[in-house]
Amino acid sequence: MKIIVCIKQVPDSAAKVVVEGGKVSWGDAPLVINPWDEYAVEAALQQKEALGGTVTAISIGGESAKEAIKHALAMGADDAILISDPALANLDTQAAAQVLAAAIRKAGGVDMAFFGRQAIDGDSGITPSQTARLLGWPALTLSAVIKVDGGNVRVERAIEEGRQIVTAKLPAVFSLVKDFGEPRYPSFMGIRKASRAEIPAWSLGDLGMVAPATVISWPEVMNPPSREVTCEVIGGGSPQEIAEKLADKILAEKIL
Amino acid sequence: MKTWVYVDHFKGQVLPASWEAIGAGKTLGTVTALVFGSGVEALAKTAFTYGADEVFLADDPALADYRSEAYASTLSSLAAEHKPDAILFPTTTRCREMAGMVAMDLKTGVMVDVTALELQGDRIVATRPIYAGKLLTKETCSASPQIATLRGRAFPKPAADTGKSGTPTKVAAKVEALTNVEGYATTEGGVSLIDAGVIVSGGRGVSNNPTLTPPGGLDEKQTEIWRAQQGFALVKDLAAVLGAAVGASRAAVDAGYVPYMHQVGQTGKVVSPDLYIACGISGAIQHLAGMRTSKMIVAINKDAEAPIFKVARYGVVGDLYQIIPALTAAFKSKLGK
Repeated sequence: MKIIVCIKQVPDSAAKVVVEGGKVSWGDAPLVINPWDEYAVEAALQQKEALGGTVTAISIGGESAKEAIKHALAMGADDAILISDPALANLDTQAAAQVLAAAIRKAGGVDMAFFGRQAIDGDSGITPSQTARLLGWPALTLSAVIKVDGGNVRVERAIEEGRQIVTAKLPAVFSLVKDFGEPRYPSFMGIRKASRAEIPAWSLGDLGMVAPATVISWPEVMNPPSREVTCEVIGGGSPQEIAEKLADKILAEKIL
Repeated sequence: MKTWVYVDHFKGQVLPASWEAIGAGKTLGTVTALVFGSGVEALAKTAFTYGADEVFLADDPALADYRSEAYASTLSSLAAEHKPDAILFPTTTRCREMAGMVAMDLKTGVMVDVTALELQGDRIVATRPIYAGKLLTKETCSASPQIATLRGRAFPKPAADTGKSGTPTKVAAKVEALTNVEGYATTEGGVSLIDAGVIVSGGRGVSNNPTLTPPGGLDEKQTEIWRAQQGFALVKDLAAVLGAAVGASRAAVDAGYVPYMHQVGQTGKVVSPDLYIACGISGAIQHLAGMRTSKMIVAINKDAEAPIFKVARYGVVGDLYQIIPALTAAFKSKLGK
């Protein structure tokens, strides 16, 4: 089973992200592998353990994205590819999907392409289905359970109404939710291996393409309006008296 | 502007954000509602009552189950023929997928999970939260049609006018798909977090009742989970009285207290109810990102210094094991339940 995991580097989820002078800043918070992609790496490693094969991490980004890739290697991915080109700054999702689809094709013989459900910076969650559409592969998004049987796969997808149970043929694109368990910690050996790994870089030329045009632009980024609330602490009295007062306050706001 | 609005439904149950999207579409121009499925003519009729000027109905047994390729191809081929200026979807799991695929087919882009729209000339300027709402962007799409998915509860739901009616235009379905749907498994009933007007959430603090005596034979972790389950039972009681959905912090989910589907926050669901009651939740930045746009936040926590009180309108510093049952009883009598 040849599995590719597409990963993205993002500011840590605990970062205080603000706009300063028109630019997005996350202070001194680290850039890390997108948490959802960490779940995808975990799911990919579980498939490899069950079925045999290899796991390759790929990421679009600059030199710094190698840190996210190394995390995937340290977790147990076999190898990695960095897609790096000066023309690939500020891609929208459809442009990123074009690049990833080209990379998956170039890698050749891929059975499963894994993605996290969304990146915690752009929060779009549509790159997986867009990549599947370009490849002409089934889009098994929001997969919570994956069972491979030969060239067939059966997944449970987490949708609003519960689970949709779907079968399809491989190769397929998957986006993963959290149900595969907490991502494993990199082992000491894994970290050593990752630190020494040579990560090949592919340019757009290597993929046989020119920079895809971006159609979504976001000229303006803003801090959200500040939430001006003063907390009124309800106290003084028994729990029943406090609860009475609180219920009256809430009902007086006429939002129920 | 010629605007299309896709009406998302599951087995004929329309997700309310679809009607909100029709309302939003009307602010841009004329609205053609798109209803796909099998035996869904009634939904097409309902779309007129919510303000659709025209309805395209693809009614085909092969569309009985949502399958992304068939639904996306049906929409793309219609759009290639009729050339709408904009296509709006509610932000749902199905529609994120469809919108993304349709955009690839039509060589355009998607503005995802939009909370406000305005028109500048023939371009939509869409406001959307990024970094789980830590920031907002204003986006535009340079290609046509301009596609956006609209966040539930961000746009007012139009009042249904049963006097309005029309005849849906039947359109052909594209039925080729790459998946087979074997069936469905429901996980847990209850109110969906995304559509909820009221959410009652529990955090780590719900396992914190030293006065309870757990049954014998449990190890330390099992005891903690048992305690948490007693706490979440109180959270659920309060939610039931308020017709609310049950939420949880990441800490509570990671500790195994409740399933992941309840998680609110940056790696869970981003919610925006009218009332959010946080019980035993300290208010980590990842959690606040997922619920800070709630209209009113109420916090119950033992720790007066907990950051959750900084976003709360009302707070109770106290033991949630005493406060929540008292609050449930108070609402029960005041709401006449």
